[in-house]
Amino acid sequence: MNHRLGGIFPPRLIYIIPIAFLTLFFVYPLVAIFDRSLRPDGILQLGGFITLITNAYYRDTLWFTFWQAVISTGLTMILAVPSAFVFTRYQFPFKSTLLALATLPFVLPTVVVATAFRALIDDNGLLNTLAMTLFALDRAPIQLERTLTLIFIAHVFYNYPLVLRMVYGYWANQSGRIEEASRLLGANSWRLWTEIRLPLLRPILGASALLVFIFTFTSFGVILILGGLRYATLEVEIYNQAMNLFNLPMAAVLSLMQMVIILIGLNLYTRLQRSITSVNLQGSVARAPHTIAERLAIIGTVGLMAILLFMPLFALVIQSLTDKNEFTLRFFADLATIGRGSSFNVPPLEAVKNSVIFGGITTTFALILGLMIASLLNSHKKNRLLGWLDALVMLPLATSAVTLGFGFIIGFSSPPLVWRTEWWLIPISHTLVALPFVVRSILPALRAIPKPIHEAGMMLGVGRWGRWYRLELPLISKGILVGAIFAFTVSLGEFGASLFLVRNDMPTISIVIFRFLGRAGTYGQALAMSVILLIVSAIAFLILERLRARGVGEF
Amino acid sequence: MKKIFVFAIVLMMGIFTIATQAQTTLTIITYDSFYISDAVIDQFEAENDVTVEILRLADAGVMVNESILTVGNPLGDVMYGVDNTFLSRALENELFLAYESPLLADVPEELQLDKDEFRVTPVQFGDVCLNFDASQFTAETAPQSLADLTDPRYQDMLVVQNPASSSPGLAFLLATIAVFGEEGDYTYLDFWSDLADNGVLAVAGWSEAYYGEFTVAGGAYPLVVSYATSPLAEVFYNELDPENPPTGAIVADETCFRQIEFVGILNGTPNEELAQKFIDFALSPTFQEDIPLNMWVLPVNSTAELPELYLEYATLPENPLTLDYTLIEEKRDEWLQAWAETVLR
Repeated sequence: MNHRLGGIFPPRLIYIIPIAFLTLFFVYPLVAIFDRSLRPDGILQLGGFITLITNAYYRDTLWFTFWQAVISTGLTMILAVPSAFVFTRYQFPFKSTLLALATLPFVLPTVVVATAFRALIDDNGLLNTLAMTLFALDRAPIQLERTLTLIFIAHVFYNYPLVLRMVYGYWANQSGRIEEASRLLGANSWRLWTEIRLPLLRPILGASALLVFIFTFTSFGVILILGGLRYATLEVEIYNQAMNLFNLPMAAVLSLMQMVIILIGLNLYTRLQRSITSVNLQGSVARAPHTIAERLAIIGTVGLMAILLFMPLFALVIQSLTDKNEFTLRFFADLATIGRGSSFNVPPLEAVKNSVIFGGITTTFALILGLMIASLLNSHKKNRLLGWLDALVMLPLATSAVTLGFGFIIGFSSPPLVWRTEWWLIPISHTLVALPFVVRSILPALRAIPKPIHEAGMMLGVGRWGRWYRLELPLISKGILVGAIFAFTVSLGEFGASLFLVRNDMPTISIVIFRFLGRAGTYGQALAMSVILLIVSAIAFLILERLRARGVGEF
Repeated sequence: MKKIFVFAIVLMMGIFTIATQAQTTLTIITYDSFYISDAVIDQFEAENDVTVEILRLADAGVMVNESILTVGNPLGDVMYGVDNTFLSRALENELFLAYESPLLADVPEELQLDKDEFRVTPVQFGDVCLNFDASQFTAETAPQSLADLTDPRYQDMLVVQNPASSSPGLAFLLATIAVFGEEGDYTYLDFWSDLADNGVLAVAGWSEAYYGEFTVAGGAYPLVVSYATSPLAEVFYNELDPENPPTGAIVADETCFRQIEFVGILNGTPNEELAQKFIDFALSPTFQEDIPLNMWVLPVNSTAELPELYLEYATLPENPLTLDYTLIEEKRDEWLQAWAETVLR
């Protein structure tokens, strides 16, 4: 009897398709670039690993990458967990809208986040302009440009919504009865925290902190655009070694190093995720605030979100509409025409259409493959192949974009695989990056389906298709929708691998922003394009949020 | 099942390969800031019954690196704009097919760096020089030499580009190496260390430096590494009086570095003959005279006429610095690493 879920797909295809896909579009290019880098003349050269240990420069880079990720993670947790508590406990106006909007930063591409922060705190940024006008200063009072502080703020901005969502989602579904019981038994609030709440939350706190650590460890755009040249994470150094110095062996060594570290992190994460008990809807424990302290906590949380999350986005919008202190729509109007010596053969606005199409294709691919992989991983036959597949699916998260980009260049430029300039390679590369998110969104939902449901279905004589469509799909639809949100937004924001694949006649929004930022005198257009990306993300997000109704997603 | 799967893949591959082969197109790979008038390109298209496609990659470094990774299966037929700081890397990796254009007769010999093998052809050149904000300095009060930059008078005033990611940034580093040398009492690294103590700011690229930090564009640094022709571009684009440009270039001896840019036929092109015609065209006066006001560098063809703006108002260095391009390739990584450790850490 085949209990395996995902029964819609013929059993053999479910193995062949994902493995073929990952082999052809991920393993093959990766092997190609590592082979080229580490065996330039057919002889394996591993001197780079020794350099990595002996050279202070690389040791410092590794150390910096690590501790900035630890501090970023700590700061994010300190701010986000109390907010999650407030969200769990209290009912207040616009709570769900706020939560939906708060997710926006997480789905924004780093280029835009970095641009938004620059628009906020630059010498000519919103805050400084405001302060200078208000207090009649002649020098900008806020000097955060190219400081570590700014990097930390941006990392918190990015990851706060993630932790808030994960912890709130978990906490809100915990039964309130344990707490009631312990209160009746006379537990004071200190004991309530240390003996009841925190132990209950430990797996989700661990999982969310690990995820933030992984994201900030591999931070690229934020460091590159906001940190100036002084700070380099491994990911930035890989880019520097590969693109600027063309030192492929060193780039490969650093790349492998990063993969190992992130894989360890992902492995821990997967374990923690497994120990998180499945969704347990007990009805909301939230109530209206009673005391002044409770009210203040709510105001504090909303205020924090407004300052941290919405100010930079607000600054972005304002700056995109301002030229030399005057209101203008010029930057938006420019997007409709092919500028003088433009990087692209089409008006930049075309990129919106391209991005939405690529996003749609990515979402479709990632969902189909994600469903197959999730049901494979959920099958009860535990074998070694599945363990490898699990790691393989997560690997793109650990792979530096420039490494993958170079892999594509080498792998798909010589016959018979001359695909380098094919447009469909772009959504395929996005699918690789989106796949880990999709699998991790669907898997918990699949795991939560009680087995008897299937047996009942079979006994009633419902066929494979019917069981999938009528029993399984409704139960995992929330997970699928969460996965779809991730896939679409990852595709919209991806610019690392796209940089190597995008053609001049089919640019994506993120690439247009990146190119505008790199060119002379097109900063305003970059801001305008960022605002458009923001709007497209917000629309996609709100549509999917609607569909999702009230559910809990992981990741 | 397996057979169907294999068949489908083969079929798809076939369709994609056929779809990519259309009419004759000559693809020029270049960097993002390449610009030439449409009329000039149209003329070449009409004369040769061909479509010219300009493929702009992010910058010269990306262009060279990607081409090395795909040598023999190039993205295009011609590469435009590899300069003397990247030349050796490109030549070592056998990126180009040799071609000796008859128009080289009009090109000064000192610009022809590959004059024995003709794998690349010089097409334009320019000088990387310090620029100053004319509202804060006059030609007399601006720094007169590189050493002046370490003077406390110019504290917190200079913004430069990361030589690892920016070509004017690298040119400026090379200028300091040419002036101070690698050995002796006061090496280029001593100079950079003093410069760092004097508050030099290093940013990623030219536009970050010029449009982000230079006082003329609203920043806080009145000295910037740019080009000798940048003041002309300021006047031209902002329609200002050329008598009173908002910026000035410092062109004293031992301050500017010469960049020569080349065009080459990519190894593996199916359109070699057409590519040769394009190189001839790029050296012809029609194309060459279009260069100065579009890319703000100088034509190599000595018969090409310069626009009036250049003839009347350009201040160009008489003796720009250079370094041997093979030496640059040999030592570039070492220099960049030393620079990063001195200035950034």
